[in-house]
Amino acid sequence: MASQTPLEKLAILADAAKYDASCASSGTAKKDSLGGKGLGSTERMGICHAYAPDGRCISLLKILLTNHCIFDCHYCINRKSSNVRRARFTPQEVVDLTLAFYRRNYIEGLFLSSGIVKSSNHTMEQIVEVARILRVEHDFRGYIHLKTIPEADAELAHQAGLYADRVSINVELPTDAGLTRLAPDKNARQIEGAMGKVKADLVEAKDARKRFRHAPRFAPAGQSTQMIVGADKASDADIVAKASRLYDNFGLRRVYYSAFSPIPDASAVLPLSRPPLIREHRLYQSDWLMRFYGYKPAEVMQATDADGNLPLDIDPKLAWALKFRENFPLDVNRASREQLLRVPGLGVKAVNRIVASRRHRTLRLDDVAKLTVSIAKVRPFICTVDWRPVTLTDRADLRALLAPRREQLELFAA
Amino acid sequence: MTALQHLAVGSRTLVQLAEPDDFEAWRERARVLVQGDVPPERIAWVEPGGSGDLFASAGGAGQQCLPVAPADAPPVRANRRFVQLARNALLHRDPERFALLYRLLWRLQATPRIMEDRADPDIRRVEELAKAVRRDNHKMHAFVRFRLVESGEGDEAGEASEHYVAWFEPEHHILRANAGFFMRRFANMRWSILTPAGSLHWDGAVMHEGPPAQRGDAPAGDPMEDLWRTYYAAIFNPARLKVGAMLKEMPRKYWKNMPEAALIPELIAGAQRREAAMVDAGALEFAERPETLAAIDTAIHACRKCPIGALENHAVMGEGPQDATQGFSGLMIVGEQPGDQEDLAGRPFVGPAGQLLDRHLEKAGIDRGGAYVTNAVKHFKYVQRGKSRLHQNPGAKEIDTCRWWLEGERAVVRPRLVLAMGASAARALLGKTVSISKARGAPLALEDGSELWITAHPSYLLRLDGEARTTQAALFDADLAAVKARLTELCA
Repeated sequence: MASQTPLEKLAILADAAKYDASCASSGTAKKDSLGGKGLGSTERMGICHAYAPDGRCISLLKILLTNHCIFDCHYCINRKSSNVRRARFTPQEVVDLTLAFYRRNYIEGLFLSSGIVKSSNHTMEQIVEVARILRVEHDFRGYIHLKTIPEADAELAHQAGLYADRVSINVELPTDAGLTRLAPDKNARQIEGAMGKVKADLVEAKDARKRFRHAPRFAPAGQSTQMIVGADKASDADIVAKASRLYDNFGLRRVYYSAFSPIPDASAVLPLSRPPLIREHRLYQSDWLMRFYGYKPAEVMQATDADGNLPLDIDPKLAWALKFRENFPLDVNRASREQLLRVPGLGVKAVNRIVASRRHRTLRLDDVAKLTVSIAKVRPFICTVDWRPVTLTDRADLRALLAPRREQLELFAA
Repeated sequence: MTALQHLAVGSRTLVQLAEPDDFEAWRERARVLVQGDVPPERIAWVEPGGSGDLFASAGGAGQQCLPVAPADAPPVRANRRFVQLARNALLHRDPERFALLYRLLWRLQATPRIMEDRADPDIRRVEELAKAVRRDNHKMHAFVRFRLVESGEGDEAGEASEHYVAWFEPEHHILRANAGFFMRRFANMRWSILTPAGSLHWDGAVMHEGPPAQRGDAPAGDPMEDLWRTYYAAIFNPARLKVGAMLKEMPRKYWKNMPEAALIPELIAGAQRREAAMVDAGALEFAERPETLAAIDTAIHACRKCPIGALENHAVMGEGPQDATQGFSGLMIVGEQPGDQEDLAGRPFVGPAGQLLDRHLEKAGIDRGGAYVTNAVKHFKYVQRGKSRLHQNPGAKEIDTCRWWLEGERAVVRPRLVLAMGASAARALLGKTVSISKARGAPLALEDGSELWITAHPSYLLRLDGEARTTQAALFDADLAAVKARLTELCA
């Protein structure tokens, strides 16, 4: 073990961290290094410093402190009974790596997680120590995301929040039964209890800052969580229900979905083929519908098929519109903003543009075409002064007309 | 007399700008022109190095004929939205941008709310330009890569100071506009950003602007880049190749200045190979699980999903009645794995441990014939020592892999109560390793509604002597008695 070079350790510990989907560096408090001793800044927008060929953004140095783990979760490549190579960084090594990458503008900051070594508290102490050295000793003002361990002391999680921009605890699986089966050492109550505690800390810190300007910030970018899709039998409806409950109860900024990927050394309780990546995409779309388009969870669930899953060939918004055709066509010159947001093919920006423009002119189909990405998709669902989709909405084959032509959705579809 | 009268009718006002990215200078001139009532079509905007210079030479040494605004001219109106968009749009490399912005400013005087009309072609064009510049800014923040140069000159402390230098090729005139971003981020670092259009140098206190540079002026590499490339390759998940999504956000034109981009072709090519290897290593095309005991029996004989299957041995299937018509009592007994004798006989629990089990079952009043008896692992794991085969405990991973078959048997037999004997059997049912001494004596609920009882493996009793054996045998009997009582209760 001692013979591992930093290069080898980084390869092992970054490889082990890649199953965490989150790489966001946005939405935190504004800070910069002017007048400080160190380096770093965070502005409103997150920055993706590179993209990997899996299409995912690389914004943060996302690594594990160690991939040794005393837990035995079946979906996890780092579980105790797995045969992967193990490595371990010291907190100082992580700090040095973060700063060296940051100075060269490779990253926005650090996303640190860890396998559980010795005990949950010991591991959490090490994670907090990394953040402490960065913030206190080096006056680092870049982004820090810490994964907190639900089994660790609440006080440690609290310290993590004082140093980090964002903290997160993974709920891992959409159903309690799935968690019991695949992550036998974890406990759903404990996970939600820890998330509840973080929420209480967030609310308290926000309140304190209203009254005292110098009250310490607590995780200004809030908390997030992640669910694995396709490792258990949960349907999309189950997942949407769980996500909306999490948003409501714990004030989460984001729920991330991670399509289960076949991992080396998988165990036999897992499905062997991965779920189509498009399923994860549809879940994110449904997440967007709830967060930005005013859909209620129950309405998203109305878009699911009989088996509780969202259709894979069309997006959930189109699926909903096809099911509730009586709401369409909508007159773009009269319909409310909320109504327009339900038109398939109209995004939030397009709706804003339509609402602003129609104060100045009565919109024709051409005008709408200029304001949207694809008029062909929108046309069956709207009316303008010169357009009315007389027959389209009644056609039984509308879905076939609008669904993208059957193509290979994934490069390596099984 | 207005100030414009000295211009020939039909001629154009030449307006020269000293810098291609100086919004304030443009704004000054545009204000005077609007107040001087010069319509957009009468103005030729000239930027340094731009094609507008043709007018300058034709019109004679580039004189500027800015009108003098009348003293009573109304103030020029521009709303915040316009200024916001114009500030960015002006940095675009499109030579028409000054004219476009002036035309819009001109129209804005008569129609103050024109900015809201997103369907207007001028508004849309300005928005496009501003968006392209915002994107270029964003990509500069993201893709600038500094390289370390150790400079010889020492600072006050006498240490060689570190200087970070980057080469970047922006698409638009955005260098100066982004000085602030890099200053705020790297306030205490000495850095330079070199571009074909100019350069920025920050020494920790003051920003200097320098002349255009060439790629060769920046260092060719940095020792950290090996680590960065290692990270880039490791964080990529080959199971989810999405090249289109990557190219959309990181187009090829940026690649030449990004050290990690050299890896991309090989990562893509290797992804399919790697995924295939991952699926193989994870072992597994158990696409459909067989749905009858006979089919499972056939399948386990061919199973080589773990190293045990590859030894010289035979799979041993569970045995017993599978439903009430065959006299099934609802009890499933799970052991660890077949031993030497079971392997030869092809039946579970026929060796010494099996005989001991039979005696204890009889004592507890449990009819073995009514129970389905099987093992957590279907093949015999051993090491060869001379002529004999020495029993080896199966590993956690082997148990987890074989759990697939046990779950198949459970799905067919549907026991009311499962008795797991030993830690391996308990793991096969719970998915985690538990301590027998802590888990025994009380039922645990399984997902399918059945009850799990855990006890020691009879071979454990065989290894004990004297008092320890007596104690453990009593505990074993007590467990079996409890199982018997519970089974009677469940079936009542």
